[in-house]
Amino acid sequence: MPYDSIVLVKQVPDTANVTAEAMKEDGTVNRAALPTIFNPEDLNALETALEVRDNYGGTVTALTMGPPKAADVLRACLFRGADRGILLTDRRAAASDTLATSYILSQAVKTISRYDMVFAGRQAIDGDTAQVGPQCAEKLGIPQVTYLEQLVSLDGPVVRIRRNIGHGWEIVEGKLPVLITVIGSANKPRPPKARRVMRFKRAKVMAEIVGEVKAEQAGVSDDDVQAEAGRRAAAFEEKGLLLRQWSLDDIGADLERCGLAGSPTKVFRVQSIVLTKEGYTEVQATEDGVRQMIHELVIDRTLG
Amino acid sequence: MIEPNRQGEVWVFAEQEEGSLHEVVLELCGKARELADTLGVKTAAALPGKNVRPLAQQLIAHGIDNVYLVEDPKLGHFQTLPYARVMSALIERHKPQIVIYGATSIGRDLAPRVASEMRAGMTADCTDLEISDVTDPKTKTLHQNLLLQIRPAFGGNIIATIVNYDWWPQMATVREGVMPLKPADDSRRGNIVEEKVELDDALLALKLIQRHIEPRKVNLKGARVIVAGGGGVGSKENFRLIHDLAAAIGGAVGASRAAVDGGYIGKEHQIGQTGTTVRPALYIAAGISGAVQHRAGMEESAKIIAINTDRDAPIMSVAHYGIVGDMKKVIPMMIKAIKERR
Repeated sequence: MPYDSIVLVKQVPDTANVTAEAMKEDGTVNRAALPTIFNPEDLNALETALEVRDNYGGTVTALTMGPPKAADVLRACLFRGADRGILLTDRRAAASDTLATSYILSQAVKTISRYDMVFAGRQAIDGDTAQVGPQCAEKLGIPQVTYLEQLVSLDGPVVRIRRNIGHGWEIVEGKLPVLITVIGSANKPRPPKARRVMRFKRAKVMAEIVGEVKAEQAGVSDDDVQAEAGRRAAAFEEKGLLLRQWSLDDIGADLERCGLAGSPTKVFRVQSIVLTKEGYTEVQATEDGVRQMIHELVIDRTLG
Repeated sequence: MIEPNRQGEVWVFAEQEEGSLHEVVLELCGKARELADTLGVKTAAALPGKNVRPLAQQLIAHGIDNVYLVEDPKLGHFQTLPYARVMSALIERHKPQIVIYGATSIGRDLAPRVASEMRAGMTADCTDLEISDVTDPKTKTLHQNLLLQIRPAFGGNIIATIVNYDWWPQMATVREGVMPLKPADDSRRGNIVEEKVELDDALLALKLIQRHIEPRKVNLKGARVIVAGGGGVGSKENFRLIHDLAAAIGGAVGASRAAVDGGYIGKEHQIGQTGTTVRPALYIAAGISGAVQHRAGMEESAKIIAINTDRDAPIMSVAHYGIVGDMKKVIPMMIKAIKERR
């Protein structure tokens, strides 16, 4: 039987290249200032969902929360085979911690309403918390299966999953719907398909269309910008290239539970790491240098 | 969330499996004791399971005042929903101010679910926990005795301090080996409080079909000497030099995350914030750049030797001996020097 899957995906800063300059005074990150990538384990989650669809039929919907630029990851999902992408974007969602983020994402999932499985990468490389998946599951009131290494089988409403529990593995079975977090070793994500790239590279969300109109027609009134954007969006929609864009109002979100107001955890302070050198000896990479070092370590009884 | 309760206890989730407490639990008991003493409150452990009463004494010996024991056959094997139900019920009943979990695969599965249910804030993988007065920069309000949740962030160039402004309970997870394991005091007295939590059968949503536990092959925490290789080693073949040096020196083999991700060696050898934290007498880091997540796992080693072709690699700043060179040349020199002394 076919299954409808939702995949929670995130565009993340490339954390290899972050410095304290990217942090704002209130302790949150200035995401606009950083190069971005598709969160690696979310690609594994997408792959798992696509394999389910390949084997059983059904649909794969990619869902992401972020600024308009996050539409990049939705396109990346369409290139790999997802059926549709939805962007949740709203300034009032900014600076949400995991509790607020999981609230917003779960409201969006409830708005989608038809799903058998929700997939998410185990964790994002910026927060590294691995909290959003389980917290969404709690708000959706569904069981969670974390650390999927392999989706063993689907039989009607019953799913069997092998999960990695650190010092071993276990196979668990449950009834759909469930939320599943996927780890990096689960699979090798498929690359984008050339034909789908050609077809979907011009897919856009409304915010991107509005941005383009503004850039092309500087000095035009807001009403005229909206009107032109609306016209273009209709054309995109007709070609199947308009990516859904939802605000917090579209998903019936309680604003008290979003953004900074809905975030119990607050970054109080951020400190750059200061590395101090104390008691440092540079050793020459020669036999003599090394011999001397070993000698000292034996003298002070570090080495027996 | 629950109302801020200044008399609230500091709790540890007592994770257990097959009749034993996970070692991280005992480490966290020591930290909980410290935090509670600063706050002037009691410590407690939440101990759900089946036939787990004998474990209570070990918790008490490690600094716990009250053990909330929830015995139920439905808790015989860990599953998220019934365990989360127990934690939420206990938290609502007793209103702790702080709840700490080990950041194990169980802890990282359970704690966020509980945090969501309690609408509480939680910080994962803390490398330190402290109590402090904090002034909210936005409201300028002084909040007393908050839990500072400290951890590296954003690729590791930054240490972030996270707080919950009077939003109870404050929850955190901490990896094994981060907090020191303090010795047990078997003369300590505490209370075992039997608690009953209603567990609907519907909470047993998952059925365990099969389980395979790998016997622990690697003991990094107990090793006196560790030789660790990083991404700079370059290949699985080159990594043999790490094994050779470890054998010559009588040490255990460790690795940075880059080496594990590169397939040079298995994850059980990983040292760092998401691996094991170690404090050996001697730590030799070869081809390891020394990102903060790795340093968090080894910087308290008594002596550190760093071998790296990059003289500005961050690892050099925590090293006692820095050798700027190619490990493929330097390691054979070290092996030779060690063997000469025999």
